[in-house]
Amino acid sequence: MARNSHSRIIGQFPGFGKFTFLFFVYLYLPIIVVMVLSFNASPAATVWGGFSLEWYGKALANADLRTAAWNSIQIAVSAALLSTVLATFAANTLHRLTGRKDATLAQGVIMLPLVLPEIVMAVALLSFFSSLGVSLGKGNLIIAHTLLCLPFAFLPIRARLQGMDASLTEAAADLYARPFSRFRHVTLPMLMPGIVSGFMLAFVVSMDNFTVSLLVSQAGSTTLPVFIFGMLRVGVTPDVNAASTLIILASTALVVVSFLLAGRNPK
Amino acid sequence: MLDVTHALELDLVRKTYGDPLHGHQALTGASFHVKDNEFFTLLGPSGSGKTTLLRLLAGFESTTSGEIRLYGKPIQSLVAEQRPVNTVFQQYSLFPHMTIAENVGFGLKMQGRPAREVAARVEEMLALVKMEAFRNRRPAQLSGGQQQRVALARALAPKPKVLLLDEPLSALDLKLRQAMRLELKQLQAKTGITFVFVTHDQEEALAMSDRIAVLADGVIQQVGGPREIYDRPANLFVADFIGDNNFLKVEVLSRQGATAMVRGAGIEAVQARDAAQGASQGTLMVRPEALHLSAGEGRVRFAEKARVLADIYLGNALTYVTALPDGTHLNIRDEDARRAAKPIAEGQTVEVWADAEAPMLFDGAGK
Repeated sequence: MARNSHSRIIGQFPGFGKFTFLFFVYLYLPIIVVMVLSFNASPAATVWGGFSLEWYGKALANADLRTAAWNSIQIAVSAALLSTVLATFAANTLHRLTGRKDATLAQGVIMLPLVLPEIVMAVALLSFFSSLGVSLGKGNLIIAHTLLCLPFAFLPIRARLQGMDASLTEAAADLYARPFSRFRHVTLPMLMPGIVSGFMLAFVVSMDNFTVSLLVSQAGSTTLPVFIFGMLRVGVTPDVNAASTLIILASTALVVVSFLLAGRNPK
Repeated sequence: MLDVTHALELDLVRKTYGDPLHGHQALTGASFHVKDNEFFTLLGPSGSGKTTLLRLLAGFESTTSGEIRLYGKPIQSLVAEQRPVNTVFQQYSLFPHMTIAENVGFGLKMQGRPAREVAARVEEMLALVKMEAFRNRRPAQLSGGQQQRVALARALAPKPKVLLLDEPLSALDLKLRQAMRLELKQLQAKTGITFVFVTHDQEEALAMSDRIAVLADGVIQQVGGPREIYDRPANLFVADFIGDNNFLKVEVLSRQGATAMVRGAGIEAVQARDAAQGASQGTLMVRPEALHLSAGEGRVRFAEKARVLADIYLGNALTYVTALPDGTHLNIRDEDARRAAKPIAEGQTVEVWADAEAPMLFDGAGK
């Protein structure tokens, strides 16, 4: 039908559908395999032996796994909250000082965890904590994760600020709003979508973090990725698949929620 | 004695960006006053300093030097939220996350007025701009003209001593702009609030203002009523910027009191109001509508011979483009010639008459 037309959208090229299908298979097949095998009755992780929910029961009954998951959630929520608050203030201040050399430098420092190899950060944090004798258990991890999450929380907020009309805060000032009221009634509500997605990103980054967590975590503050890694050392057991499937479901739910939240915002 | 009846008084207000001595001078020593309950317009081309001046009045920028007094009280040390003036922004700048009613009530809420008073005043303002039906909508759901009304209501709600308007009509289409001119003027009369209006549109300025300040290159060129500025421009810039004009290079033959006899561009001798400050050469200005193709009461002969080059017919006006003997173009917009049954043919030579008081002599070469 569109063969004669000069401008064709990419979806109309022959073979596009098949190629897209292969792409998604490549991307998601390993995840699907993990999910399918989590329902496997056989104790051998890679041989199908019938449908069963046994491993979910095992995974949920595993007290150490539950503790690790709860640790991860506590750390991720705290680190995401802290980094989002810090990122909001940092983004506002740096936005006001745009063009100044020290502001550019400060922004670079905030972004550093994005470009530094994570193992370097992990070693640095480990020696930092041990040389200062800081031993706060989960606290150490919260501090480390806040640092790691900062650029992820910062970027969406900063982008939102840059898209914001500067005359809105001027209008608020013109209408007798003092600096704090301007922030509270105009800037903050306008930034909310950026802040929410910053928080979500930070949460996922913290939940997922392995390298830093492995080096910094102390006895009693093991996180879920570190714990799962520990389980794998004795071989891939189906309860690892079950735990992974639960994590996948939780992350998907989180993404859906953040998507719905963003859709609710005007504009 | 200080004259406290003036809404605004500016004394040598200067604004320099960057280095105080060598930086860009956006405004050089502006001094004028705005009377109470006046529709005052700051008119100038872009980059003339009119928006800078408005931002200094609103408190978004601070003066480099000079004094601004609001009803006798110096305000240049006050920040924007402390000044009892409100602004209608060029792009309206309504808060997108608030409803129309919340937008209009924002100023009063920030002043800490009780909720009941805010609600009553919001209804009053929405009724004033005929936007009651939209109180629960959001700005994005309104058209440009409707947003404009809300912006007006929001700025008027806290009863400012002076309302500042930054090119509020420039984003509207022509028909709506013309309708809003009348509405703004009526709103000003109804509220009794002093309006300071910024525009680059001279027609808008002439149509609405009680008085106009013409700005160029950061300098106030002239302050006066619309007629004064149109009929007696203070200098060549104002003469050129406001309305259409003819400019002829002339030399002065003689002077007597406020008038001078001049010659040039193929014109033997014509009398002009003298604003050339004793210069022996200058530029003669005469508006096209002050020129005629026939003699009449109160008219003097302007040029013996002018050759018709073309006619420009605009329905309500007919302009003949003619050339004087030395080649200088002279535009003539004669009402009688427009009514005449037959236009004058191209190439024909005509005699030109001028309203006796119309020609004005200025110092300098003009454009």
